[in-house]
This record gives sequence, structure tokens and C-alpha cells, in this order.
Amino acid sequence: MRAKKIAAVAGGAVLAAMSGAHAQDKEITLCWAAWDPANALVELSKDFTSSTGIGMNFEFVPWTNFADRFLNELNSGGKLCDLMIGDSQWIGGGATYGHYVKLNDFFDQEGISMDDFLPATVYAYSTWPKGTPNYYALPAMGDALGWVYRKDWFSRPELQDAFKAEYGRDLGVPSNWNELKDVASFFQGREIDGETRYGAAIYTERGSEGITMGVTAALYPWGFKYENEQGSYDMEGAVNSAASVEGLEFYKSLYDCCSPPGHSDAYMVANLDAYKSGQVAMQMNWFAFFPGIAKDEVVGGDISGFFVNPGQNIEASTLGGQGISVVAYSDKQDLALEYIKWFAQPDVQAKWWALGGYSCHQAVLGDPGFAATAPFAADFLKAMSGVQDFWQEPIYAELLLAMQQRVHDYVVAGKGTAQEALDKLIEDWTISFEDDGKL
Amino acid sequence: MAGSTRSATNRAAAAATRFSAKLRGVSDASIAWIFIAPTILLLLAINIFPLLWTIYLSFTNFRANQPGRPVRWIGTRNYERLLGSEDIWGYLQATAHFVIWTMILQIALGFGLALLINRNFRGASFWTTIILIPMMLSPAVVGTFWTYIYQPQTGIFSYIIDFFAGTGALDMIGSVTLAPWSIIIVDTWMWTPYIMLLCLAGLRSIPDYLYEAAEIDRANALQKFWYITLPRVLPFLMLAVLFRGIENFKMFDLVVELTSGGPGSTTELASINLKREAFEKWRTGYSSAFAIILFVTIFGLGNIYVKVLNKVKS
Repeated sequence: MRAKKIAAVAGGAVLAAMSGAHAQDKEITLCWAAWDPANALVELSKDFTSSTGIGMNFEFVPWTNFADRFLNELNSGGKLCDLMIGDSQWIGGGATYGHYVKLNDFFDQEGISMDDFLPATVYAYSTWPKGTPNYYALPAMGDALGWVYRKDWFSRPELQDAFKAEYGRDLGVPSNWNELKDVASFFQGREIDGETRYGAAIYTERGSEGITMGVTAALYPWGFKYENEQGSYDMEGAVNSAASVEGLEFYKSLYDCCSPPGHSDAYMVANLDAYKSGQVAMQMNWFAFFPGIAKDEVVGGDISGFFVNPGQNIEASTLGGQGISVVAYSDKQDLALEYIKWFAQPDVQAKWWALGGYSCHQAVLGDPGFAATAPFAADFLKAMSGVQDFWQEPIYAELLLAMQQRVHDYVVAGKGTAQEALDKLIEDWTISFEDDGKL
Repeated sequence: MAGSTRSATNRAAAAATRFSAKLRGVSDASIAWIFIAPTILLLLAINIFPLLWTIYLSFTNFRANQPGRPVRWIGTRNYERLLGSEDIWGYLQATAHFVIWTMILQIALGFGLALLINRNFRGASFWTTIILIPMMLSPAVVGTFWTYIYQPQTGIFSYIIDFFAGTGALDMIGSVTLAPWSIIIVDTWMWTPYIMLLCLAGLRSIPDYLYEAAEIDRANALQKFWYITLPRVLPFLMLAVLFRGIENFKMFDLVVELTSGGPGSTTELASINLKREAFEKWRTGYSSAFAIILFVTIFGLGNIYVKVLNKVKS
């Protein structure tokens, strides 16, 4: 009898251990940046676990270390991440160096069509070489750079009168960069409710990608191009065209005239802080943060309004956002693919948007009622129709750091001219492409 | 039990005797080699091999993030690019400015504080502890909280300067002129206690009879300082300069937290640029060449300095 009891206990223990090991086998890790949409994804993924029994772990890293941390992980062939929501610029390296699994066969097999997603996001987040039907990611989080403004201040009669007296037009959402600068100048140093306010919080961060994302928000509308002909790496006259120089000079003038004191190394969080604390009338930031702002206790509701990146010579916005990829070094690729299959479903995508994520699925974005679902939804659609992205080359990090240095030197440190900054940038990029065998 | 312990002791003694008998035939030099071989092997593995490997890589186009890419020998091209780059000279200039000014300020303040503390006034131990606190903190933490102190609108630094000098909001980190001084001030705040500690050790090692003899010779305070204190403390001071000089030449964390090398490249020290080239741009060959140039510079300057130090000591 005693022997039977011991055997039963031992058997139970073995079974428990086996089921524990099995449970661990049925878990995958998703790596992304630590920000508001990541929390929404955690919430959303609970449905995946309940419907498939596959557990989800999450590895979120703050944006300032995001690229450093996860590119090192990919470069070293690490197995930490089974799924990676990597930045759009990583797609070239992910595909070329074999970090990401090519998804074409899987999409065909599961009936996932890229036509179901917004073409701009498929182009930007999924394909390498650019525009070819070689898919290494599913568009996961659409994003673009937009603007938030203090709607309550804009609607105050005394401020409206003062603005009209000074600029001869109504104080409202700017339709181009010149108007944006006028509005920013108007608010710069102005006393509102007993506090000194400033014009606009713009991106100036030096360390990762901040100032490049900010500067390109001005350069693209001015007509900046990376190459004279796509794929030619012929940059002379494109990168440093007269329009590009003008755009860069404008961004510097905006920084000089209208940013709050000490705003010389600011990216997403610094802009959010400047805005939420009531320092500035406007901030540039990613659409990804807009749901949080709309719900914010201090600046949410009717206090804030949103607008798409203003045009100048053309309408254009800087692309953000990411695709979701299966990491080639993962031992659980089948489970990771299972997640992508689940995530691509229209109803999951609809919930993703409802929770605060930015779906790229046509079923969500093409819904006639979509524009009314959030105060920034219509602007998001408009922005995504004119997005442009930075180089997505495998050596994008090298190209990005060169631009960070050259534009920060000019815009913030005031070294040299805009023409010199862009000329030097071409020199840097030429060396990089020569080293990479592209030139 | 006692018997078994005794037999174990006997066995150990017998083994030791057999070992010493075996060693008897081995020369002293061989025994010395046996003892130092593990250390030498370790040094070769973690110091010499990486150095030689880095030298090799500096002549190639190797990129650590592209292991499958063929490694090509490109001769001295990396060195030519480095030495012909205006930017690199800018980074080295920024580094030299940082090292020289931090050394000057830290020596002056550290030595001054050591002279004060050496007076053994009431509460000297308490104040010594208080003064030492900054150097016990992590540079990353120090860098982060000084960014708040320097904040032009809410930071206390700007407030104090404005209060006394009426400068208005002072953007220490965002200004090209002030940013280099912002990192010098923080490093000086953090590491002056270290210089003070070494100087204090030097001051405490001076025997009292030297001052008593000087009193008899009617030497004044300045003469006592110049002929007794300074020469006796100088070796300690020079050692402190050597340590801090090397540390500051490779300064990284504090500056990254404070300014990220900005505004522009104003405070981009050589070490920060080296990290960016090596681990963000992944230009391994190029950054290896830069590392070798920095190594040769520090090694050369260090050697010259040590020779001077030895002369001072003798």
C-alpha cells in the first residue's frame, strides 16, 4: 500500500514537471519598445493565449536603448526574442543578414494577403528589397509624425484677437510650416495664466534618431530626396538640393525662435513632458502617443487637438511604426508564426486599434466610420498617405548616426551652414556606401 | 577518528615529500615559470591576444555585425581616413580640453581640501566623509541628476547663477560654449575628493620633525609649504594625476548621460565616438584603428609621465 502511495506521488511529480516543461515550451517572447502601444499589445495578446494556449512573454526596452539592445541581440544570433517588432529601418538588415524569417510561403499557405494592408505600410515595414514582393514582416503598428496643440489656448478670444492683430489671420491649425512658425513665435515667451509659455517642442535628440526624425519632418515637405533616382545611391543634388537646404534652415530657425529653454536634446518623452506640463503650445510627436494624450487627465479631452504634419512644397510626413517579424534564431518559430497568423485577422486588428494600437489593416482603416473613432484618426489616415522613411539599408544605423551628427551640429550647435551640413552628409553617406560595396 | 586524521596527515606529508623530491631535479627558473605560467597565459588571452587582433582588424574592412562578409585587407586606409578627418581632431581636442581642465581644477581643489582637512580641526572626520560621497556614486547616476540640476528653467544651478550674476536662464547643456564646462564641473565635483584623499595620504606621511626643524630655522609658512609640503606630496599628486588622466581620457558614461556628446559634436569625446563607430555603426576595422591610435597616445604619454614621476621621486 505504502509502495503504491509513493509510486502515485512520484508519478504525480513527474507529470507535474512534464506539464511545467510543456507549458514553458508553449511560451514565446515578443520584443518591442517600452511605450504606450506595447501595453495595449500585452492586453490584446491575452486573447491569443486564451485561444491557443500559447503563453506570451514580453521584453520591452525604452526607445533610447531599443535599437542598441535589440540590434545587438539580432547581430549576436540571440534567442531571447521569438517575435520582433523592429523599427522600419531594420528591415534591410533583418533580411540581408538573415535575422528575420522570410514570410512569403507562410503567407501563401495561411491565405494572408498583403493587399489587406495599407500599401504604404507594406512597402515600409515588410518588403526588402524595397517594393519587391519579398516579405519579412507583417505590418504591425502604423505610425507617422504628427502634431498636438493646445486647443483651449487656441480658442481663447483674447489670444485669437492678439494673433489676428499681429499676423492678419485667425489663430488656428497651421496649414504649412510658415504658418506653424508664426503660431510658435506668437506663443513663445507669452504669459498665459500667469506662466511663461513657449512655441513648440520639436525633436532635437542627439544620441539615437531624434533630431533626424524631426528634421526630416520639415525636409520631406520641402521636397528632400535621398537619391536622384531610387536605388542609384546618387545623392548629389538630391540630399543637398536648394529645397533641402531651405528646409533645414527653416528647422533651425524654428529651433532658435520657438523651442523652450534647454530643449537641445529632446525626443518623444521630453516633448510629451514639455507639452503635458503646459510649457508649450504645440509639440511634434508620433501618432502612437496620441491616444494617451487624448485620455490624459491634464491635457486630454477638449484641451488638446491634433493635426497632420504641415505641408510646404508638398504634403509629406516622417514615417514611424514597425512590422512584426519572426526571428530566425528562435527555436519556436512555429509558435511565433501562429501569433502572426492570429494577429493578421481583421477582428484582432479592430481590437488592436480599439486598445490604442495603430492597425494597418484595410478592414480597419477602410471602415467608413474609422475617421470618427478618435480625434486623431482622420489625421492618421491622411499622414499615412504621404509618409516617407529614412534609408532602410542594412547599414542604416551608420547612415542615421552620420545624419544625427551633421544636423545636430548645424541646428543645435550652430556650426556652419545648412549647405555645408548636407554636403558633409553626402560625403559621410558616400563613404558608407563605398564601404558597403554599393558605390 | 584520531587515528584516521593522523593517517591522512601522514599521507599528505608523504605526498609533499614526493613532490619536493620530484622538484629537486627542476631548476629554479623552471619552478618560477611553473608558477607564473598561468598568469602569463591569462594575460596573453585577455590582453595581448585582443591587442594583436585589434591591430590586425585595424587594417581590414571587418564589420562585427556582418560575420559572413569577406574580410578584406585594406592596408592603412583606416588610419589615413582617421588622421585626415577633421572630426577626429575635433573629438581629440574636446578630450584634451576636458582632461586638462579637470586635472587643473581637481588638483587645485583637491590639494586645497587636503590641506584644510589635514589641520585636524573638530569634525574633520565628519567633513572628510561628506566630501568623499560624490566619488562613491555611480557616474551614470551623477550624470542623470546633474541634467536636472542644469535644467535651465527648473534647475538649481541656473537659479543660483542667475541670482548672483543676473544671467537669466542658463542653458549649460545646450550651449556650445557652456556644455564643455558643464561636464568639467561635474567631473570636478565628483573626483576632487579622490585627489584630496591621495594628497591627504601624502600630507600625513610627512614627519613632524621636518616642520619642527623648519621652525627652528625660522622658515615662514610659505617656505614650509614650498620646501617641505609640496616636494613631499608631489609624488602622490603626480600619481593621482596619472590615474585621473587615464580615467578621463577614456571618460564615457558621465558625458553620455549629461550631454550625449552634444550639442552637435561639442562634447563628443574620443571614447564616445569610438563607441559609436564600433557598436552603433559597426565599422569594426575603422574603430579598431581609432582604438590603436588612442592606445598609442595614452601609452606614450603615460610612459613619459611615469619617467618624470620616477625622476621626481628620486
